[in-house]
Order: sequence, then structure tokens, then C-alpha cells
Amino acid sequence: MHDVILSTVSALKEGLLSKKYSSVELTTEYLDRIKTIDSSTNSFITVCEEAALRQAARADELIKQGKAGILTGIPYANKDIFCTKNVRTTCGSKMLDNFIAPYNATVVEKCMDAGMVMLGKTNMDEFAMGSSNETSFYGRAKNPWDLTRVSGGSSGGSATAVAARLAPLATGSDTGGSIRQPSAFCGISGLKPTYGRVSRYGMIAFGSSLDQGGPMAHCVEDLALLLSVIAGHDHRDSTSNKRGPENFCRHLNKSVKNKVIGIPKEYFSNNLNPEIHLIIDEAIKHIEKLGAKIKDVSLPSTSLVVPTYYVLASAECSSNMSRYDGVRFGHRCEDPNSIEDLYERSRAEGFGDEVKRRILMGTYALSSGYYDAYYEKAQKIRRLVKNDYISVFKDVDFLIGPTCPSIAFHAETFTHDPVQMYLSDVYTVSANLAGLPSLSLPAGFSQGMPVGMQITGNYFRESELLSLGHAYQTNTDWHNRYTTQKLGK
Amino acid sequence: MLWETIIGLEVHVQLATKSKIFSGASTSYGSSANEHACAVDLALPGTLPVLNERVVELAIALGLAIDGNIAAYSTFARKNYFYPDSPKGYQISQFEDPIVSNGRLKIVAENDLKIINITRAHLEEDAGKSVHDEYADVTAVDFNRAGTPLLEIVSEPELKNAKEAVSYLKELYYLVTSIGICDGNMQEGSFRCDANISIREQGAEMLGTRTEVKNINSFKYVERAINFEVSRQREILEDGGKVSQETRLFDPEKNETRAMRTKEDAHDYRYFPDPDLPPILINEAQIDKVRATLPELPWDKRARYVEEYNLSQDEASMLANDYSVSNYFEKCIGESTLSPKFVAHWIVGGLFSLLNKHSTTISFSRVSPASLNELLAKISRKEISANAGKRVLGIMWETLRDVDKIIDEQELVQISDDSVLQQSVDEIVKGFPQQVQEYKDGKEKILGFLVGQVLKQTRGKANPEIVKTMLERILKA
Repeated sequence: MHDVILSTVSALKEGLLSKKYSSVELTTEYLDRIKTIDSSTNSFITVCEEAALRQAARADELIKQGKAGILTGIPYANKDIFCTKNVRTTCGSKMLDNFIAPYNATVVEKCMDAGMVMLGKTNMDEFAMGSSNETSFYGRAKNPWDLTRVSGGSSGGSATAVAARLAPLATGSDTGGSIRQPSAFCGISGLKPTYGRVSRYGMIAFGSSLDQGGPMAHCVEDLALLLSVIAGHDHRDSTSNKRGPENFCRHLNKSVKNKVIGIPKEYFSNNLNPEIHLIIDEAIKHIEKLGAKIKDVSLPSTSLVVPTYYVLASAECSSNMSRYDGVRFGHRCEDPNSIEDLYERSRAEGFGDEVKRRILMGTYALSSGYYDAYYEKAQKIRRLVKNDYISVFKDVDFLIGPTCPSIAFHAETFTHDPVQMYLSDVYTVSANLAGLPSLSLPAGFSQGMPVGMQITGNYFRESELLSLGHAYQTNTDWHNRYTTQKLGK
Repeated sequence: MLWETIIGLEVHVQLATKSKIFSGASTSYGSSANEHACAVDLALPGTLPVLNERVVELAIALGLAIDGNIAAYSTFARKNYFYPDSPKGYQISQFEDPIVSNGRLKIVAENDLKIINITRAHLEEDAGKSVHDEYADVTAVDFNRAGTPLLEIVSEPELKNAKEAVSYLKELYYLVTSIGICDGNMQEGSFRCDANISIREQGAEMLGTRTEVKNINSFKYVERAINFEVSRQREILEDGGKVSQETRLFDPEKNETRAMRTKEDAHDYRYFPDPDLPPILINEAQIDKVRATLPELPWDKRARYVEEYNLSQDEASMLANDYSVSNYFEKCIGESTLSPKFVAHWIVGGLFSLLNKHSTTISFSRVSPASLNELLAKISRKEISANAGKRVLGIMWETLRDVDKIIDEQELVQISDDSVLQQSVDEIVKGFPQQVQEYKDGKEKILGFLVGQVLKQTRGKANPEIVKTMLERILKA
């Protein structure tokens, strides 16, 4: 049974359908691993043992009746940003430590309808604000390749869980790189879909115009399976695209021959770690060998994307965080003596420093007298960024570069310098600003730590993006590496 | 010193939809607290707003009715402020691109027509309600009203006094209720207004500092609040003081306005486009569709009543302004061959006094158009007299019995038959020889007295015109 956890989801599915093992057995295997290992990785905030076994038993029943869908009986880890009925949803915050939503997020509902088994809710930066998982109220998820290093964020718990083989699949959300950066840091595959592809209903908002849920897994093929389950129009999310569900596995084996790959020169500046530079160059050569054509391109607004992103994301955040006022749900201070006291203390106690910092930045950017210089200007630059992409995608099919400028850093590296941490989002935030689909894949190792390659595609071209990723993974084995660290007791 | 008053009004019209503007919860009034507050209304984490398309149609209807510009592209914005009855910590409203702009409303001001320009009308959601008196030491919040659709209609500061303001409000009220976008229930807050009031020296160019009186929900209070505010500001200015820009509340019991917050603690609402809601896009086809269903507007109806039915201006206003009255009126004339003028006369003169007497409105009339028609047909055929008709109408209201039964019981059938009346006429001619002589001597006015005597003898049942003809025939013979 033990090597099961190293298999792809397709292999697990095969095992379930051929009755090699049941979903209950498979689920038990993962739950046992979580019990023994997660004390060192801290990837879960809440583990749902009983509910998971119940869902697994139901899945086994469906399989027996021949009613299995593409992921029936497959366990997954759910980022704690997706609301779940009957299971608390903390969003990594003390503010929601006691919050149980009366409904399921659309993503959760879709996984449930597909007969998947939710193992638990994964750790994350508080309200998805952070790049290291260190802002989580529940302590940081640790990088399975080196526990002294960060998992990345904000979907660090999901990345850790998949990398440590505590779950074959996980959900994540990506506002400025929160799926791709932890995927790169932990050596797994992660996809941020086109904005509007996956419903945001029930996914707790951080930067509403940037937030997008997506799959995290060992390999591209598994991403395609989970994306097929969670994508599609949702009438409860007005920003959700009208496209119906799609089978993203269908075109996985499509050839990448003659596809044109753009290499943005701005992504290979002096700030990029030279070893990562080499690794990405290697990966690009590899893709060229598969028949793709390489073309140098330019995204001139790249130097502006980080400040633009932090103005816009913080502005939206400052408004989205206003509902946490201690009145209707969430943390409420003891014995408030006035409404102002209730607001001030509930929010002072319930939110951590990073969330407060962003509320302050965003409030400032929207304030009368500053709006034009910050929010309005950032919106204009956002349009420039989008136009950069629109024009570059006239000439190329994909853009390739590094996911992050460095490997996973050590914990507390940036505790006193948040701006340096923000700057490390330089390659990921523009896909969010433009709303494009973007994939991170393991492409090699530097100092024993995984390095991620980022591939960005045109709007709603997830299928093509995944087929390129799949072609790469069919010819490499970086995605199959497993940490040599001893995890657990 | 001569002062000039300048008033602009912001009217909040509650749109008549079944469900809320951004959620599926019901908008019905008077349920137990928080019964109609769903996860979206409570702003639970992860919930998202979805626009109720019906509100767009209703806003288009208003845009057409005030001859305004209906935006092909309009957006929602967040208005950020903390208040316990604002569940999200922001209100979804419209800021930069309102759905309707540049409209106008004709009002009657001192017997003249005046056009008041409407700057804009924008969609927004209502807040919940803080309940201060139900529990000791704490305030409770009821979110039933949270998310109720509102259309805020903002006038230019072109109103010159309280009377004009009331005239504008009433005209707007008739309009929104006539076109069916608002139920007009002012007690339930379906139509309420904020008044921006300032005064300046007659002829001055600059506007004076204004105060805003919030949330007034009756025409009477608007008039009183404005008048109070104008004299308060005048007193300050005449004493050499300065009016401070502030928000005030009207207290109907004390008949005064009180400061609520000053400019210094005014909110910075930090408006920005709501990223959860795509822009509202409206094309010509949608506008045409609404136009096709738009009923006749009150001022068109009034003009038609005067022209087609020969009604007086007053009668036309009384019948056309309130759509439930005009519906009633048109139902009556639609289902009978009675003259509209005659029907109008009976509704205004007869039915309205009953409505007043019972302090109710025509929607709750106990006399249906069909029964009123039956009665009026009998009056017009002279089967009963107009006087008797009034009595019958009163009895119909009280007893809900039908016209024939009442006339039978009360023995009110008008006698028009010469042969039946002949005896009475003869008796009166015999009984009043002196008056008969006076008539014959040329004092023709005395005829009215003799007719009256015949009516008295027949207990009002004799048809006075027939009696008159009969008497003339005998006396002139």
C-alpha cells in the first residue's frame, strides 16, 4: 500500500476501479500519514477524519454501482479559504477561528458531487495575505524539502500536503501567486486558471478582482483532472465566465510542435538567482527539443507590476475585511462598552499584523486626496499590463520564465522587511493583474530545493497550457521527486 | 434683508421587486427579525452579490418617464463605512456611472408649470435596521431590510421653497407609483427623502452653506423640516453667524431639526468600483421593451382627462395622480356608457368623501367600480334622484348590499310616471292657491317652492324635472 502515495491520480483511480483497494482504505492511508507526518509539516488546520471516511464509504458505494466519475473516491486537501458546511473555515485567522459557514463553496460542492473525499482544511497565510505561510494564526506550514524553510504562500498548506504526499490533490487560491509560488517552493505542479474560470462563491475574498481558485497536484495530468471537476460557470458568482464545464484531459497529449514560446527578457534580469536562471534555460531548451519555437519578447510594464498589485490588492482587501466587525460572526472582543470599542478591539485582536498592514495600505490608497495618485493610477497601469500581454500573445502561444526569483527562503527572513517579501512576487502577480491562466511546474533543483518554471497562456487556453506542461513532464521527471527529509516522529 | 432659499432633494425610492437587489431573499415587510436575511445579506465570508435583473428594468422605466439619459454602461461602486446595520462594512451603490442621468420633472409651482432637473438616479442597496428599544443596554440589528433595492433620485438645487419641494415630491411620488416601480408605502419607508437646504442673499451668486436633513418620510414633515431649517439658518445669518455644513435629523414631535454629524466627522466613503459586479450594459432593445410596457404618465393622463373627458384641472389631478384612483375611474368608464364627466363627478364628490370619512384609500374601497356603475346608471336614467343616490352610496359602503335591494328597501325609486304623479301635483296646486296666483302674476321663481312641496309629499321620490314640467303645464293653461 505504501507506494500508492507516490502514484498519480490516474493510477489511484485505476486502483479503485480494479478494486485493488477501496476508497476507505486509500483514505485511511492518507489519514494515517497525516497523523504521523503532519506534526512536522503543519499543513492542515483541521483534519476531517470521520467525515472523510464517511465520504469514502459513499464513494465506494458509487464505484460498486458503476457510477464513478473521474475523481470518485479520490482524497483531496482543501485550502481553508473555501467554505465548508459543518467544518470550520478559518482562513488562517484568529478572526474566523470559530466560524462554521452554513454553506459549501462552489468548488467544495463540485468536489463533493464528484464523489471526492475531503481529508481536511489546509494551512494558509491569514486571509491569503502572505508569501511564506508565516502570517497564519496556526503557525506556518513547513517545507517538506527543508523544514527550516518556508512552504511559500498563501496556499502553503496545500503545497506542503501534496509535496509530503499527505494528499494526492489539493485546492488552492491565487491572488498574486498564491498557488504558483508555494507549488514552486515545494516542488509540485499548480495552476492558476483564467480569472472567472473557477467560481469564487464561498472562497473567502481577499482581492476580489484578482482571486482565482485552482488545482495543486504532483503532475499536470492530475491538475487537469481536478480542474475538470471544479471549473465552470456559477450563477452565484457574477464574475464567473459563462463557459460550462470542460474536460481538460482530452487534449493533454496534443503535440506542442510549432507552438511559439515567448521568453520575456524582463524575467531574466540581474535580480534572478543565477542557478535558477540556468535551470529555466535548461527547461526552455528541453521544450524547444519537443518541437516548440522560442522567441524573445518583452513585457515592458514588468517593473511596475509589484507596486501596482499591492495598491490594488490592498485596496480591495481593505474593503473586503470590513465585514469582520464582531457583530454577526467571527471573533468578538469581551464586554465591548460601545460600538466603536466593539469594532476596535474585535479587529485589533482578531487580525494579525500583515492583514492590518494591508488594510492600512488599502485604506490609504482609496482615501480622498490619494485615490487618483494610487488606486486610479494603479488601475491605469493594470490596463497597460493587460495590453502588454494582449500584444505579446499575438505573436506567441505561451510565455515561459521562472515562477520565483529564488528558492524557498528560510523562515523569518523577511519578518522585518515586508517590502522585500512583496518584491519576490514579481513574476507571478502580472498573470493576476491581466487575469491570465498560469502554471508552475517543477523544473530542477538548486541547493537541494525545488525550482519552479512558470508557463502563462492566453485567456481560457488552459487546455493548451496543460498539454505543454504534460509534454514537458512526459519527458522529465522533476515532478516525480520526493523529499529525502525524514518527516514525522 | 431678502433671502433666497435653495433646496435640492435626494429621494430614496424602494423598488417593487419580490427579491432583494443582490440576493434571492424576500423583500416582504413586517416579518420577524432576520427572517429574510440570507447568507449574502448577512455578508457571511465568501458570499457574493448577484444583480436582480428586474431592478434594471425598473430603473429604465424611471429613466424613460423623466426623459432622462439611460446609460448604456453603468457600474456599481462600494461606499465604505462602518455601521452595525451595514453588514459588509460597505454599501453597494453607484458612483461614477449612474444608470439614469439628466432627467426632468414638471411641477406646478404657484399655479405655473416649472421644470425641475434631475441630476441622476442610481441603484443601491438598503441597510438593515438598528433596534434600540427592545433589549436593555444593547442594540439589536434586523437585517430584513438589508439589500432591499433602492433607486436614489437626486434633483438639481432648483427648488425655491418648501411648497415647491412638496410639489416636486408629490409629482415624483405619483410618477413612481403610476409606472409601478414603487409601492408608495411611505409608512414602511418605500419613499423617503433627504433635503439639502441653503439660503443666500437675494441675487447672490454663490450658494450658501447647506445642511442636509435626513430620512424624512412624509410630505407634511418635508414641508415642516424645510421651513424650520430655513428660519433657523436665517436667524443664524442675521445674527452675523455662520451656518455649519452638517447632517441634521427632523424630529416631528418637537417640529425641529437637530444636528447629527458635522462636516468634520463626515465619512470618507472611499468609493471604488465593486470588483464583484460586472458593469450593467443596456441596449436599445431592452429600453424599447420597457417603453412598450410603460403606462400613461400622470401628466399625460391629466391632460387627456381635461381634453377628452372635459374634466376640470382639479378633477383631472384628483383622478389622474394616484394610479389606483385612475385605474378605478377608467374601470368605471370602460365598463359603462356613462359620461366620464358624470362618473368623475361622482368619484370626486361622492366616493372621495366616503374614503375620507373612513380614512382609507381607493384600493380599499368597499364599493367596486361595477357597483358604482350600477348606481350611476340608475341616477342617469332618473330612476332615483341624485340626493337619493348619495344616500344609497353611503349605504352600499356600510352594508355591501346591492343597489337594487337598497333602493327597494329605502323606497327610493324615483317616480317619473305622469299618471302616478298627477294626484300629488293636483293636490299641491289645490293646497297652495296663493302661491299659484303669485306664479300666474309673473313671479315664476315660486315654481321651485311648488316643486319642493310635491317632492316633500312623495318623500323625495318624485322626479323633480317631470314635476316641474307638469306644474308648468297646469299653471300656464
